Amino acid sequence: MYDIIVIGAGVTGSAVARELSRYKYNVLVLEKCSDVGEGTSKANSGIVHAGFDNEPGSVMAKMNVEGNAMMEQLSKDLDFEFKRNGSLVLCFDKNDEHKLNDLLERGKKNGVPGLEILTGSQVRVLEPKVSDKVTAALYAPTGGIVCPFGLTEALAENAADNGVQFKLNTAVKNIVRKEDCYEVTAENCGKQVNLTAKIVINCAGVYADSFHNMVSSNKMTIIPRKGEYCLMDKKVGNTVSHTIFQLPTEYGKGVLVTPTVHGNLLTGPTATDIEDKEGVNTTADGMNELLTKAKLSVPDLPVRQVITSFSGLRAHRPEHDFVIGQPEDAPGFIDVAGMESPGLSSAPAVGKYVAELTGEIMPAEEKEDFIATRKGVPSMANATNEERQKLIESDPSFANVICRCETVTEGEILNSIHRTLGARTLDAVKRRTRAGMGRCQSGFCNPRVVEILARELGVDEGEITKKGHGSEFISGYDKEDL
Amino acid sequence: MKTEVAVIGGGPAGLAAAVAARDAGVEDILIIERDNELGGILNQCVHNGFGLHTFKEELTGPEYAGRYIDMVNERKIPYLLKTMVVDISRDKVITVMNREKGLFTIEADAIILAMGCRERSRGALNIPGYRPAGIYSAGTAQRYVNMEGRMPGKEIVILGSGDIGLIMARRMTLEGAKVKVVAELMPYSGGLKRNIVQCLDDFGIPLKLSHTVVDIKGTDRVEGVTIAQVDEKLKPIPGTEEFYSCDTLLLSCGLIPENELSSQAGVALSSVTGGPVVDESLETDIDGIFACGNVLHVHDLVDFVSQEASIAGEKAAEYVKGALAPSGKKISLQGVGGVRYTVPAEIDPERMADKQVVRFRVGKVFKNVKVVTTAGDQVLSSSKKRVMAPGEMEQVVIRKDKLIAAGPVEKIVIAVEDNQTEAKAADKEA
Repeated sequence: MYDIIVIGAGVTGSAVARELSRYKYNVLVLEKCSDVGEGTSKANSGIVHAGFDNEPGSVMAKMNVEGNAMMEQLSKDLDFEFKRNGSLVLCFDKNDEHKLNDLLERGKKNGVPGLEILTGSQVRVLEPKVSDKVTAALYAPTGGIVCPFGLTEALAENAADNGVQFKLNTAVKNIVRKEDCYEVTAENCGKQVNLTAKIVINCAGVYADSFHNMVSSNKMTIIPRKGEYCLMDKKVGNTVSHTIFQLPTEYGKGVLVTPTVHGNLLTGPTATDIEDKEGVNTTADGMNELLTKAKLSVPDLPVRQVITSFSGLRAHRPEHDFVIGQPEDAPGFIDVAGMESPGLSSAPAVGKYVAELTGEIMPAEEKEDFIATRKGVPSMANATNEERQKLIESDPSFANVICRCETVTEGEILNSIHRTLGARTLDAVKRRTRAGMGRCQSGFCNPRVVEILARELGVDEGEITKKGHGSEFISGYDKEDL
Repeated sequence: MKTEVAVIGGGPAGLAAAVAARDAGVEDILIIERDNELGGILNQCVHNGFGLHTFKEELTGPEYAGRYIDMVNERKIPYLLKTMVVDISRDKVITVMNREKGLFTIEADAIILAMGCRERSRGALNIPGYRPAGIYSAGTAQRYVNMEGRMPGKEIVILGSGDIGLIMARRMTLEGAKVKVVAELMPYSGGLKRNIVQCLDDFGIPLKLSHTVVDIKGTDRVEGVTIAQVDEKLKPIPGTEEFYSCDTLLLSCGLIPENELSSQAGVALSSVTGGPVVDESLETDIDGIFACGNVLHVHDLVDFVSQEASIAGEKAAEYVKGALAPSGKKISLQGVGGVRYTVPAEIDPERMADKQVVRFRVGKVFKNVKVVTTAGDQVLSSSKKRVMAPGEMEQVVIRKDKLIAAGPVEKIVIAVEDNQTEAKAADKEA
């Protein structure tokens, strides 16, 4: 029997697991995908919101501001990319400027520091490429950008280093409440796994409602709300330096334009409620809509520099607030649900809060040997020449460039495979090292990374997948079907 | 480390440039190649059809590369393999790294850029749908099949009729895959006519012009794609969608010169070709930095890459020996009437060859036209063309004596003109 089973290794589940790993609990994280952070956590804006637009008094408002404040120290402790680049909410119509004031007041109530209203010309000094039509903007100096994969991996790896077990490729099928525990039935590669735990923590993203509804008669609904994005080449990454939001206009809710921590330019998301919880396809209409809207903020948006597009699903609750706590009729079952935006920004605070809740239900001592820090995968691209030389001296494979576009070496890929919760798929290598994230989108490095993965894992290249079973790259040998 | 001429890239362009530089008398040459062997992308082009111009015989890609590798070895031109250039500075200091020596710099008197090109990706094409395994650029599939001996898929749809896509349609068929259709967005193919005949027609593979992929199905592996016809504005026409089940989508939708290093050095790039802006000596706007091959502009035939690279090698040799006059006043070349770009983009009449080859591409299909080159009022050349298509590179030759006879001019205009115009004008005068 486990003390705690966490369902879902997205950013929320990983943050919860990391905080729990401070204490003497026996914790298991179950994840249906082949990697941590492979759902909503990998496909979002990568924004650490300042926290001005949440309803004052909401769980979201509290968690966002706290999470934002924690992010900087966490990024140093756990070595992931984070930058406090500040954000702007653009207003395009004099008559709408009162809405900026409303946001400012809201932000003050939420405890967001440093908010300021800027005039159109002040905005254009900060961001010369924004539209002439901008009349004013709300400036939030605490807004930031983060690597969403890096954050999730860092939290999960550190949790694992502190003794939390992770079972990937394991989908929870059923949960039954027993007298003093929960019985969790899961499936791993076609095999049924029966588990029990005193506490179950539901961090299942768009699926959180299914698990909640297995144990509670007070039903929950999560609607997958699709957001489509376009990512642009690093050569136009400095088009803007702040995260640029829009006040809603006659065209509807706005989209953002932002640099990413990796130096690309990102625009999105759209917002479409769908039924399919795996419906992460992009659409022509969606991409047209978002590029049109993004051009309201930045008229010369370099749309020809798009290198990829993707979509993610927000775990939207009609009530639009996080649910963190036990349902009345299911003690020991903790929902961490409705984690739509600002879920990423809030994750560190949510993790801490859930650990406190758990401590109230089942007190535990703190570990004396808790490891508070973690080192990420080295980056040759970001290293100085001196640092590069050192890495190559430590292992010459750091001189062997595999991904040309992002200058990712064999040394980095080996590191990503042979570390805690190491990469097992091409996408996992990509998220940990950026191999294949660049402008050619793995055209050159795909066969090379497949080869390295096969060699290091001791399997045939035919078994290497993009993102788990069923997504194999190679379907056989030449002339097999003749 | 120092060298007189550094050649960035050991593919066909880099090899030919190095050979030419040596033959022009440069002792100190260094080829820098990131892959395990010389030859570049030719190593995975196992089909034949290479070398008809250069060697007057049909060779495979590796054979063609082999000939040039032999020439490099005969001349004992040194090269570094598995060595990545991470930076080139404006003053021609090259930062490289490899396993043996770590990170180090090479100071060069002249640099020849020969880094080649990359394929346009699915993301750059904005194709909607899911992002499963099974979407490859044609060149990636070519590497799997020809170098790794592995099949990237069994049921194939190809988007784009660039040459690599056409070649791969035949290749995948010969290896046992079923190629269902090749869809091309434009109303004409982007590849060579001979490849359409030999790679599609001969195998009964349909080519659907004015069609594109509008959806990709399959969350883990490709399960199928939807193809639709497009209108004149290249927008999909509702109601024309057709679903093809397949496990693989290959993309052959154009090549992009790889000029990230050129940009780092500060070389000016053309917005049309994506390659450096060069003059008649294939010199960029930075003195002593030359460019040739697909990094300069995308070629159809490797033979022309070799020819062009030889010139870059010769000119780099002249440069390091101080025999290349500093460029003076240059005449710019202007393409009009469908001529999308020219290489070179400008000519220094003092430095030009007696017969200067100018290569260009047109932006659409032309029939029964002529290509007229004029300097001021002077017609430098005029040649009839039965068909011109964007998929086939064209050339004109400008004679130095004729250009000088035209007197001082600001620009040379290369134009596609209706072949009847002249006849009509003559009729009028009569």
